[in-house]
Amino acid sequence: MRVLAALSGGVDSSVAAALLLDAGHEVVAVTMKLWGGAQDSGCCSVGDVEDARRVAQQLDIPHHVFNFADDFDRHVVSPYVDAHAAGRTPNPCIECNRHIKFDRLLVRARQLGFDALATGHHARRTVDADGAVRLRRGVDRAKDQSYVLFALSQADLRDVLFPIGDLTKAEVRLKAAGLGLRTAAKSESQDTCFITADAGRRAFLEDRIDLHAGRLVDPSGATLGTVAAVELITVGQRKGLGGGAGERRYAVAVDVAAATVTVGSTDDLRTDGVRLEGATWVSGQAPPPGTAVVVQMSAHGQPVAASWDGSTVQFVAPERRPAPGQAVVLYDGVDADEVLGGGTAA
Amino acid sequence: MTVYLDHAAGSPLRVEALEAMRPWLTTSFGNPSGGHAVARRARRAVDEARDAVAEVLGCDPGEVVFTGSGTEADNLAIFGVVAAAAGGGRPAGVACSAIEHPAVLESVEAVGGDVFAVDERGAIDLGDLAKVIGPATGLVSVMLANNEVGTIQDLSSVAAVMADVAPAAVLHTDAVQAAPWLDVATLARPAQLVSVSGHKFGGPQGVGALVIRRGVTVRPLLRGGGQERERRSGTHNVAGIVGMAAALTATSAEREVTAARVARLRQRLVANLGQRLDGVIESGAGGELLPGIANVRIPGVESESLLVLLDDAGVAASAGSSCASGAMAPSHVLAAMGVGRTDARTAIRLSLGRDTTEADVDVAVAAIVAAGQRLRQAEPVGV
Repeated sequence: MRVLAALSGGVDSSVAAALLLDAGHEVVAVTMKLWGGAQDSGCCSVGDVEDARRVAQQLDIPHHVFNFADDFDRHVVSPYVDAHAAGRTPNPCIECNRHIKFDRLLVRARQLGFDALATGHHARRTVDADGAVRLRRGVDRAKDQSYVLFALSQADLRDVLFPIGDLTKAEVRLKAAGLGLRTAAKSESQDTCFITADAGRRAFLEDRIDLHAGRLVDPSGATLGTVAAVELITVGQRKGLGGGAGERRYAVAVDVAAATVTVGSTDDLRTDGVRLEGATWVSGQAPPPGTAVVVQMSAHGQPVAASWDGSTVQFVAPERRPAPGQAVVLYDGVDADEVLGGGTAA
Repeated sequence: MTVYLDHAAGSPLRVEALEAMRPWLTTSFGNPSGGHAVARRARRAVDEARDAVAEVLGCDPGEVVFTGSGTEADNLAIFGVVAAAAGGGRPAGVACSAIEHPAVLESVEAVGGDVFAVDERGAIDLGDLAKVIGPATGLVSVMLANNEVGTIQDLSSVAAVMADVAPAAVLHTDAVQAAPWLDVATLARPAQLVSVSGHKFGGPQGVGALVIRRGVTVRPLLRGGGQERERRSGTHNVAGIVGMAAALTATSAEREVTAARVARLRQRLVANLGQRLDGVIESGAGGELLPGIANVRIPGVESESLLVLLDDAGVAASAGSSCASGAMAPSHVLAAMGVGRTDARTAIRLSLGRDTTEADVDVAVAAIVAAGQRLRQAEPVGV
């Protein structure tokens, strides 16, 4: 096959490309320049592109850089900012996968005549006898990235490869070291890629939207204190909300229009279910109401048992509520290995 | 076999340059600043190269300052003049056109300078120039020919506006792209400072020159041994300098014949593309353009995709300018000419050289047509 391998400059995608070569495929590498769009005058992550280029040189494959900064700005950064402005908690990695990697880049890969697009995600895909493709967790459960891939469709998955999904992270690093790849010992990226660790989220948002001071109120509406910027508060957050000795305070609701953050105890965060907005399904078909599922509400969150009723995930036992805007991903109810689909917490 | 249509990025080394350099890469050596016979031989080579460069660029040898690149020459002109003017209590304001190479544009922005507009063909908007500059302006920078589109500027009309409204200002011109094709001595006569770069006309990479006409004071960027009459410290790159001089002399000797031949090839390229692909737009058409640069926009075909397919087909081209990551940057030149961002994403730059043949052009046209048709038939992508 002719495969376009997305190289991020990290170890996972480096090894993904190497494995494709081992398997005898014709591989061309690409790195996306995502940041530095119309809203931004700063630099792109030149260092990561440099690492990707050097890995491609080591593997002796062509390397291209695609500038998708405008698309990233429109589909990832702007919605991220808008979500915060509305007091919601965005998940930019999911939007990037949905709109950039597995849309913009995948479409381009097809245009350029590639048979598949490969990424370095810790996830697996399996193909049924009838051709249906299933999306599954990576074998390294601690590094599994299937959560951020839930929005992929059958059409996407047919043309996508996850070469390292069957490897543990340790095996990936071993393979990289064996090949002498310069990224073998590179540390993992953690934070939102377009927000620098130095300046942080607050500075990033302050440059783009007005942040509003607000009141901390209890569930009855009584004022308990103040908060510097309601847009920076996430439901479920405890830090920065005060609270006396003994009881811990959590944000249970954020109302930007009223400039209030309602705080309460962990009990106030508990809920029997969560309604999903914009749900998508890997198979193309929603599971029938009453299907037993396992849900995950953050990238490395604890899987919890639930059932799907057609619009809402009903927890088997009350669970801590996800922040509005967070992705809720449904896995099969048997061994929680297969991604069924997911949506955004209302 | 590769069809190389990226000469504006860098041209192959001319044999005259190689032959001139060979002794300085093998048997001959020495630091030209020394006092003994070995050093004197090196010094003589540098000074003879200086004579040759001055001859082609139409200046006195003492007005030539060798630099490490065209970028350094541009930086020296801008930062050097501004610092000297400010230090001497003279007007130190700076302005440049909106389509300058980043070496100029970024330098002008770094000193808080102003930018004046160009029209849709890329020619300087003289009315805007007159508004932007004034008595406080100490330096104006206008490139003789643009690196992305190839637009040639009339520097005498720029100088006339300057004489009217900014009498204290000197004119700098980045002649890096003009040097392979135009009579710089004549066309850059109105400029007090002129930048060139060796590898654009068959010299080696890593060497350039700035002409600083008598009476213009620059403060050096690099301090040290005081080489180049204390305008550019650092040991001379003897091989690079003699190679650049040999390439410039050889280029100048054959310039008219080569420029006319390549202009015909360029015409063939643009005409054939236009005939075989619907809607092709030639950027800057109707203006004065270099023989070696054709910037074309192919509606519905993203240049990033096109360049990958061309690379596959053995055709080396570019999309104008790149950012530090190696990605194509949205063109500030096309934006200044009024081309929309989406439209600009379809632009490719095909730059020809003295070694380009009719067969090269025909192979490139066939490859561009095939790739363009393929991309237009593929899943549409919002351009």
